[in-house]
Amino acid sequence: MAEDTISAVITALGEGAVGIVRISGAGALQTAEKIFQSRSGKKLAEYPHHTLVYGHITDTDGTMVDEVLCVYMRAPHSYTAEDVVEIQSHGGIQSLQKILALTYKNGARPAEAGEFTKRAFLNGRIDLTQAEAVMDIIRSRSEASLKLAVRQQSGQLAKELRILRSKMLDVVINLEAVIDYPEEDIEDVTFETVAGSIANTAAGIENLLAHAHTGKILREGLRTAIVGRPNVGKSSLLNALLKEERAIVSEYAGTTRDVIEEQLLLDGVPLVLADTAGIRKTEDYVEQIGVEKSRRLLQDAELVICVVDGSEGLTAEDEEILQAASEKPCVIIVNKSDLEIDATLRRLQERFGAEKVMPLSARTNEGIDRFTAWLKNYVYGSEGTLSDGVYIQNARHEELLRQALQSLNDAKLAAEDRLPYDCIVIDVRNAIDLLGEITGDTVQDEIINEIFARFCIGK
Amino acid sequence: MGYITDKFDVIVVGAGHAGVEAALAAARLGGRTLLATLSMDNVALMPCNPSIGGPAKGHLVREIDALGGQMGISADKACIQMRLLNTGKGYAVHALRGQEDKPYYHTLMKEIVERQDHLELKQLMIDKLLVRNGEAVGVEAETGEVFEAKCVILATGTYLRGRIVYGQVNYECGPNGLRSATRLSASLLENGVELMRFKTGTPARVDARSLDYSKMEPQYGDEVVRNFSFISDIKARTQVPCWLSYTNAATHKIIRDNLHLSGMFNGMVEGVGPRYCPSIESKLVRFADKERHQLFIEPEGMHTNEMYVQGMSSSLPAHIQLQFMQTIPGLENCKMMRAGYAIDYDCLDPLQLKPSLEHKAISGLFSAGQSNGTSGYEEAAAQGLMAGINAMRKINGQEPVVLRRDQAYIGVLIDDLVTKGTSEPYRMMTSRAEYRLLLRQDNADLRLTELGRQLGLVDDSRYEQFCSKRTALERTLSELGRINIAPNEENNAKLTAMGSTPLRSGSSLLDLLRRKEVTYSKLQEAFQLPVLDGQTAEQVEIHAKYEGYIVKQRQEVERALKLENKKIPADMDYHAIKELSAEAAEKLEKVRPSSIGQASRISGVSPADINVLMIALEVKRRKELD
Repeated sequence: MAEDTISAVITALGEGAVGIVRISGAGALQTAEKIFQSRSGKKLAEYPHHTLVYGHITDTDGTMVDEVLCVYMRAPHSYTAEDVVEIQSHGGIQSLQKILALTYKNGARPAEAGEFTKRAFLNGRIDLTQAEAVMDIIRSRSEASLKLAVRQQSGQLAKELRILRSKMLDVVINLEAVIDYPEEDIEDVTFETVAGSIANTAAGIENLLAHAHTGKILREGLRTAIVGRPNVGKSSLLNALLKEERAIVSEYAGTTRDVIEEQLLLDGVPLVLADTAGIRKTEDYVEQIGVEKSRRLLQDAELVICVVDGSEGLTAEDEEILQAASEKPCVIIVNKSDLEIDATLRRLQERFGAEKVMPLSARTNEGIDRFTAWLKNYVYGSEGTLSDGVYIQNARHEELLRQALQSLNDAKLAAEDRLPYDCIVIDVRNAIDLLGEITGDTVQDEIINEIFARFCIGK
Repeated sequence: MGYITDKFDVIVVGAGHAGVEAALAAARLGGRTLLATLSMDNVALMPCNPSIGGPAKGHLVREIDALGGQMGISADKACIQMRLLNTGKGYAVHALRGQEDKPYYHTLMKEIVERQDHLELKQLMIDKLLVRNGEAVGVEAETGEVFEAKCVILATGTYLRGRIVYGQVNYECGPNGLRSATRLSASLLENGVELMRFKTGTPARVDARSLDYSKMEPQYGDEVVRNFSFISDIKARTQVPCWLSYTNAATHKIIRDNLHLSGMFNGMVEGVGPRYCPSIESKLVRFADKERHQLFIEPEGMHTNEMYVQGMSSSLPAHIQLQFMQTIPGLENCKMMRAGYAIDYDCLDPLQLKPSLEHKAISGLFSAGQSNGTSGYEEAAAQGLMAGINAMRKINGQEPVVLRRDQAYIGVLIDDLVTKGTSEPYRMMTSRAEYRLLLRQDNADLRLTELGRQLGLVDDSRYEQFCSKRTALERTLSELGRINIAPNEENNAKLTAMGSTPLRSGSSLLDLLRRKEVTYSKLQEAFQLPVLDGQTAEQVEIHAKYEGYIVKQRQEVERALKLENKKIPADMDYHAIKELSAEAAEKLEKVRPSSIGQASRISGVSPADINVLMIALEVKRRKELD
């Protein structure tokens, strides 16, 4: 019985020089051949197996994604004892992400937590004495991903997902109620309203995908704005962060706005820091544009770092900036912790929550570690250091969302074509299940419970 | 202890819809069968609504019929109004619903049972289940008579310690004033069977002569005559209408003013009631802002004046029921012939059962129907049929037949019961079936008749009819795929004439049939195809039009089957797997699923638990190899 072909990045997330994408399952070679071109022009299958082959990965439109080394390990001589292809890339997070997405497009599905190891065991590759360890791995990785899901539930993404899911459930519940209770006094649904709600939900997913949290951060960096009134220490903070940075990726002038964008990798988190060109040059300029400028920066930012001077207390201008920042994902840095800042710190922590407000001294660097840890946690979750936990999860989530979108689009077409309700329901339910795989929710009896809760039906 | 009267292969306790199907199946499979009924006058009694079928329930009836069961055939004969519901909502949810002449249905079934070879129908109050060394060996009746058997099937319906509640009046009673089985529960408990307490209810019946039909809206049967059974050849039937009316503010005021008198709200009723057939007082409480509730007046038969007031189930005192009904248009002068009542009763927790419906701890004890916590005649009959089949298979030393969720609603029903259990009387709904598109009412025969034949329940004439339909279907589909139509003027004119669009390139007739506006009969006329009977033509169209979705569902089934096929040995020690969550271990221990697939449907068992379980199974397998 052939299992699905699965793929995932199996190397540690972060700044490693080489990253590996593993594809395992009966279709592994087929998937790899579709995306890998060897330098020699030969197919991977034409080489002796277990040979490293040089070549590149290309996208469906033929553009090169990365130079790689590729190795085909024929079953049962591989980690999982299935056909395995591993692709070694030097291109860092972005290209790993792209390669992984290409494997999904070409027949693989995202591997579940611990799935390679599970297969290795089930296929007899791992000794009985290690069975408990295998179960531990599965348990702990699943728990790690569950934690991620829980963490996301307090985040924007999860909030969006929940709203989308409940919209889809509404569609299904209405259709199911009408189907199972054709003679009850239930307002019938129309194809127009069904298509409308499905389109609305699909648009929501599209929007999510366009702003997919970690995937986008990994590809493009987290768009971050440092805001605050003059003289609170924004520039010093920026300099302090730059000192912490391990590798400056590039520096270029933003083309669409008159700001400098700096890309930096801060403890594994790629940031695009937006800062006015003038901040470090003339304080006068800053005063000219003042809060207005901060506002504009704020609008585009995915994360706002709001800096206040803890030693001075909050001014009306601070309040205005805080107010604007608090509408975005934000962190509040109470600067000058080398001076007396306790009163301000306490007030802000009471208002915004202790975890989002942190003391820092840009002068002595005290508190920088705490900030970078917070940042890492914000982007990757607390399991950011796991070798394959979170990274896979996020790539997986994006893929699941993409599949859900596909199902919704199918459902929308079905509704527009006035196909019967039972057809429409299939695709919407599928989309709900896919979202459930992200949030850990299962439908099970939910739909039926809701039908009874919402409609007055029965003899 | 009584005296041994007789020995049977199978004893069925209760002759309701489950009991009748169970006994007929066992006897037809050659088992010497006793069907014990509390009263000769309650065989296949319909104590509640005078109808059979509807969404999902109609599907069950078709499946019972496809397997060689009885319900469909009798329901066709006793039908006094047939409608196909959900016609605009897709083939998968099309559902037949028949209004039934209740006394006639009972008479028909009683006659079938009485005439069945190997089957004995006896009026007996069964007091005891006899169990020896963990095996059911017979029953003892209140007369002291002991009947021995290799298998016992409980189909006790709502009779176990049945208690009826009208307002503040309550007494031990079965439905319709029949006797309550007061002693069997204790015997079951003694033998370790776990019981639950459920409740249900029924509305009042009113005198047909006392209604003003001019104030109600008639609902007629379909003009096209349809049948539940694939082998019924009824082509015309006399149909009578049902009548629609609504409650109003005055009705609601009376009910609200008397809520404290309702058995449901004064604490009198202790059982858990179903949400899908709430009493009118529950409806008012739960949906307080709804201004009116609909009700249907349904005839109970051709030779009775009793009319069933669907939607008005109530456990208010009888005089209050009359009072509020008389506020309803058309019922102003209604005379109440029977008051509505609530009934609570003992039933088995179905988690004790295997997917074969045999008790896990007591070998040879089967249970089916309302005694397994379900609701409805159709759900009961479906389980009865399977219990009867599996009891005989056990006696014959054969593996039980367990229908899968992708095979039949019957499979969904039983799997839900034995995997998830139920906390209220379980009603079948199409939304419970994840492969609804495959489980259509129109293809129940294609799904199940071959199996019914193998089991021995499908006779030659049914089987021949089925085979010729199947052959015609296959032949037509392959013909339609083979015949190519060129995009010429003549063909395009034909297409335009049938309201479709012209072709730009060649197309098979099968692809043309996928078009929404094209039907087989249109193609048949335009392209001189063989004439097909209605059923077969419909199958051809469904296959063509639904193919994409059907393929999608089949793929899902394939994936799921991998897990269904991973069997879990019966001696699995879940508490020894410490990586399982505590909740999962406990649930698994209780349900003892037969496959990984079944395990994955237990609530509280997470995907991680399933993965751990798979590893543990492999460990067990390897250790046993050593």
